[in-house]
Amino acid sequence: MSIGVNIHHKIKKFTLDAEFHIQEPGITALFGPSGSGKTTLINIIAGLENPTRGHIQIRDHVIFEHNRQINLPIRQRRVGYVFQDARLFPHKTVRDNLYFGARRNANKLPHDEQEAIIEMLGLAPLMARRPNKLSGGEKQRVALGRALLANPDILLLDEPLSALDYARKEEILPYFEWLRDHRKLPILYVTHSIDEVARLADHIVVMDKGKTLASGTVFEMLSRSDLPPLAGQFDAGTVLAARIVSRDPKGEVSFLDCGGQRIVVPYLGRPANNDVRLHIRARDVMIARTPPNGISANNIIPVTITKITDGKGDTLDVDMCFGHDADAAFLAKTNGRPTLHARITRWSGTRLKLGLQQKVYAVIKSVTVSGPLAKK
Amino acid sequence: MINLTPAEIDALLLSLRISGVAVGCALPFAIIVATALALGRFPGRFILDAIVHLPLILPPVVMGYLLLIGFGTRAPLGAWLYETFDIRFVFSWTGAALAAAIVSFPFQVRAIRLSLETINPGLYQAAETLGAGRIDRFFSLTLPFALPGIIAGVITAFAASLGEFGAIITFVSNVPGETRTLPLAIYTAIQTPGGELAAARLAALSIGLAFAGLLLSEIAMRHIRKRATS
Repeated sequence: MSIGVNIHHKIKKFTLDAEFHIQEPGITALFGPSGSGKTTLINIIAGLENPTRGHIQIRDHVIFEHNRQINLPIRQRRVGYVFQDARLFPHKTVRDNLYFGARRNANKLPHDEQEAIIEMLGLAPLMARRPNKLSGGEKQRVALGRALLANPDILLLDEPLSALDYARKEEILPYFEWLRDHRKLPILYVTHSIDEVARLADHIVVMDKGKTLASGTVFEMLSRSDLPPLAGQFDAGTVLAARIVSRDPKGEVSFLDCGGQRIVVPYLGRPANNDVRLHIRARDVMIARTPPNGISANNIIPVTITKITDGKGDTLDVDMCFGHDADAAFLAKTNGRPTLHARITRWSGTRLKLGLQQKVYAVIKSVTVSGPLAKK
Repeated sequence: MINLTPAEIDALLLSLRISGVAVGCALPFAIIVATALALGRFPGRFILDAIVHLPLILPPVVMGYLLLIGFGTRAPLGAWLYETFDIRFVFSWTGAALAAAIVSFPFQVRAIRLSLETINPGLYQAAETLGAGRIDRFFSLTLPFALPGIIAGVITAFAASLGEFGAIITFVSNVPGETRTLPLAIYTAIQTPGGELAAARLAALSIGLAFAGLLLSEIAMRHIRKRATS
């Protein structure tokens, strides 16, 4: 068990009912609109608020159990909390901020691991500065380093990127990817950005109005259009797991394997056999009845339509699974086979006479590749 | 620049000693009270606030009278202190220090509280998740944040102590070399025929001390504002 939560909490008119269990380490996104109780939930896990009843387990430790009157004090819970506003100590240098937790923790990280974290976050040049001399991105890097150096059992990230602009986000995101892939640390990541979820999360816990609605892997959950907070985000498209196979002789593109289907993307500069994740937005997928010729798109994938639903306005949301070999029995449960989402106009749907189980071609205009960085 | 008589030098040194002892002894209490008022949430906070600020509003004579009732050798508390610890306040410089401490206490509390209110309370949560206990948090967060306020508070309280007249003369009288501080010496000089020059000298001295105090506290407050806005 990595994280187990089942709590009930009532503050004034707001009620929080949260239940989810994550077995593997990795990043779990707490996803939902503002006011859905995400921050309250991680505050409860950190011990900053006490739930009315329930239990919370991190790794093998029960840190809260109402029935057995277990309620570990905040500082014994071993949580690394990165606050939305960083909360660096303004009167201390970056160095003193970083080691604040490490100095107070009997269970220290080995020196070389501490050094690795500082190096990875690029903090060495900042050591002598004070927080008011740091940019927003640098502050969040220091806050992340401070939490990691305390050697926590779990990392809680409360919208760590929400206060940053696009360029700063791009500066921080790779560090989270590094964490996900190189440290066996469970991470709870509060966010309302579907892009961050698609790029970072292994698991998603969907929250709305103080309740956890569902949880599962990012691949499963992004395919579901029945969950209110995700439904509006159908446009987000699909996240697929893929593996690098080879590259072209000139080094212009990389060839990936995604569920047996070859995918071509701009050269990634990473060796074969690296795992990556693909994010394909619904609006970047076109549908063709026949394999198109003479088209600039590199990826034209034979797919079978599994579901057509009415989207927002005059649009249709079309779910398609890879391959033309799927029979009716298989279509009943498309589990395991990569699925694509396309958002097209109702007009196109009528014109192409699209129907269930129809074999068509998905033309992918662009693919975002993220995920594990090159292994050293 | 000014030629002081031995008695006047006595008065100056006595004033400095009384103010120093008063501010030094009151400081720990001022830090505790300021912390409670700035960061604490407890019933009776307003009452504590009012009691601390009372000496600012009460006529000093009333303060001196209250001290006399509380700490006179025949008053229960004063008698007990005298019999148990041999501490006597009446007619003694320690009594003058007590009066000065109470009268200047609000100045310390206000300044310390002001700088403590610049702390983002979220920092305490951050420190706690990083393993800092209550006492640890006091020393690693509260005290460093309070420091500019402590400095400013000590200086203003010291200056206020130097100037205290009513409470001291009411409580411990005007004993040369024991309780005759600068203001009391000035008052005595004015009452004495031919003492105008002495009074002028001592008054000039007081004005100089007050200026120095204000200047120092202004520098300290500027430091606070710089931190508060950063």
